[in-house]
Amino acid sequence: MKDKAVNFSFIVPALVIFTLFWIYPFFYTFILAFQENDLISAPKFIGLSNFRLVFTSGDWWSSMYNGGFITLWALTFQNILALTLALAVDRVIRLRKFYKVVFFILPVLSEIIIGLLMKQFLVSEPVGRDVFNHLLNSVGLGFLAHDWLGTAHVRMITAIVHCWKGFGWAFIIFLAGLQSIPEQLYEAARIDGAGAWHCFTKITMPLLMPVVTLVVVLTILGTMQAFAMILALTGGAGGLTTVPVMVIYDHLRHNIAGLAAAEGLVLGVILVAVSFTMFFISKKIREKYGVLPG
Amino acid sequence: MIKLSFSGKGMFFAAFLAAVLSGCAPSSKTKENKIVIWHWMVDRQSAFTELAKEYESQTGTKVEFKLFFPPDIYSQKVIAAARANTLPDIFGILGEKKMSASFIKSGHILNMTPYMEAKGGKWKNRFNPQALKVNVFSDNNPYGVPGGIYGVPIDTTVLNFVYNRELFKKAGLDPDNPPRTLDEFISDAGIVKDKLGVDGFVCGWGEGWLLNALATEWAINLMGEDKFLKTIKGGVSYTDKDWVKVFSFFSRLKDSGILASGIATMTNKEAEDAFSKNKAVFSFNGTWAVNVYAQLNPGLDYAFFPLPKVSDKFPVKIWGGAGSSFMVNSGSSQKDKAVAFLKWLTAEKQQIFLIDKTRNLPAIKGCSGHLPGVLKAATETFGSLTHPDVWPQNEDSQVIEVINRGLQQIIMGIKKPAEAAEDIQKTKERVSRK
Repeated sequence: MKDKAVNFSFIVPALVIFTLFWIYPFFYTFILAFQENDLISAPKFIGLSNFRLVFTSGDWWSSMYNGGFITLWALTFQNILALTLALAVDRVIRLRKFYKVVFFILPVLSEIIIGLLMKQFLVSEPVGRDVFNHLLNSVGLGFLAHDWLGTAHVRMITAIVHCWKGFGWAFIIFLAGLQSIPEQLYEAARIDGAGAWHCFTKITMPLLMPVVTLVVVLTILGTMQAFAMILALTGGAGGLTTVPVMVIYDHLRHNIAGLAAAEGLVLGVILVAVSFTMFFISKKIREKYGVLPG
Repeated sequence: MIKLSFSGKGMFFAAFLAAVLSGCAPSSKTKENKIVIWHWMVDRQSAFTELAKEYESQTGTKVEFKLFFPPDIYSQKVIAAARANTLPDIFGILGEKKMSASFIKSGHILNMTPYMEAKGGKWKNRFNPQALKVNVFSDNNPYGVPGGIYGVPIDTTVLNFVYNRELFKKAGLDPDNPPRTLDEFISDAGIVKDKLGVDGFVCGWGEGWLLNALATEWAINLMGEDKFLKTIKGGVSYTDKDWVKVFSFFSRLKDSGILASGIATMTNKEAEDAFSKNKAVFSFNGTWAVNVYAQLNPGLDYAFFPLPKVSDKFPVKIWGGAGSSFMVNSGSSQKDKAVAFLKWLTAEKQQIFLIDKTRNLPAIKGCSGHLPGVLKAATETFGSLTHPDVWPQNEDSQVIEVINRGLQQIIMGIKKPAEAAEDIQKTKERVSRK
């Protein structure tokens, strides 16, 4: 009995911290979502009103659309770029470590720094340095230069900056997945006369499927919860780049904590549902093509 | 390997818990002869510290100004402290009047009325009425707060247009004759842009609230304060032709080409930096900018001017009133000392000191002789100030958010004024139903 108590005492500090800063806030969010609560006055139970407000709010769904738009770019452009670079680095022996470091620098940098830096690049005088437009002019594409963050293009620009910042994560995960595929499989295939395309479609992609699923799920979770970089880059830009977490943050800033909590829960449920759906689809694909579960 | 006995580990854990929980100890319950003040005014910290030293030498009461920055973080800290009952002796509230009302109803703010009105209202009469007004809750106010004065203003802020006199001269315009109407404003900005290649107008419109303030000023000038307030109460639709006209002023600004590139995502800090470096001829900013411009470019030749009118039918009202106010924690054991300190802080000598050090408009009357020339013009608008905190009812924050966003979309050319008006009205109706 004493031994058990001694052993338990080792995990008590972690348990206390975890309970105070994770478990309690998690359950408190549920309570808040059913209250009208400005965090100062006595809270009032209002049932499902906050959820009704979330589901009928055009602003909320518009932010979900913006988040979805950026996520779509991240799922396609960002992940294809990451996979392409991972395949290239996996094959290139020389300078492999150098490329790994270079591609991984961006995700390591602060989101705020990236946002402010890109703002300087994209916005012209008096606020920015207009680097991107100068670059276009210098290569004879001056006709493409314009106010990148001041027009409806701002949503696409934000998506591209997000992908540029985030592809390093996917790159590292893809590279790790590629390096776990046994080389003998490729050697055997080549002996049987398989070309590069066949090796890629019949060996690389099926065996990489668990990693692809992981990257897809992490991309969805990460992008739908993007916040700091977008805040620093555009601040919302007339709602065109207002993403769900920005809406939640804004409601918290105005002390509408109940509504913010309900929005957080709705977003959480949607993301969990999407993640499980992705894992389910991935499992079905692997079963269909006879690949063992990863 | 060091072996700890079970009781040793227990003591270690108890010490750990004590260390964690000690951070939750109420800070205002100290019996020490010391007042603690929380604020967010980074530009005033050194001036406050000097005043605190002076006060200690005069009275023996130690005053500690604790700065928390940026303002968002400060706001969250104050709210968390209110919940934990650890508010300092004196603090400020950043936010709408609704939030001040919540603090008052929860018993966190001392009613200053008896102190202000003592000795025939000697302290109260010291203040600019507009500066004090934002801290006043009238009887039967919609917030359900007992009528009274709940805060002490320490300065006054006015949101006005500013113009660069040097650029005016270079462009051949009269530097003593700023534009008086929106047409003149657009024309002058266009002339400077054409002749000097300098942007016509910069402003921190990425932050939204400056857009909202300007829209409010133009709305009151166009439709009168009564109709404006009626809109907030729900009696007038945002799709009303006057409101669409207000929103169309922003599309006129966009179409005229005088707006700086990226203005819809520009922060106020960026706009201040651009204006102070002669990169734009006009801006719209608060009087706090005098200190900012002085720090960024001491030689900047500029002046404030009132809102370029859009109508002669109704008088111009300028967004302004108390810039920053301090509240006394009603649960503080030092509340009498806190009140005494605020009385001292708002005396003429200390207010003049703050003018010299921070270039802000004072909260009290009778200091105009000490104001920098550029601020004197701003005092002329004192008689026509307005602010959400003095209106009988405030617009819902979600509606304000949609107004700001709609205006940003108009200046980005994404929405037409009538479309933005419809979005705003829809949100207004949805929020009203709630």
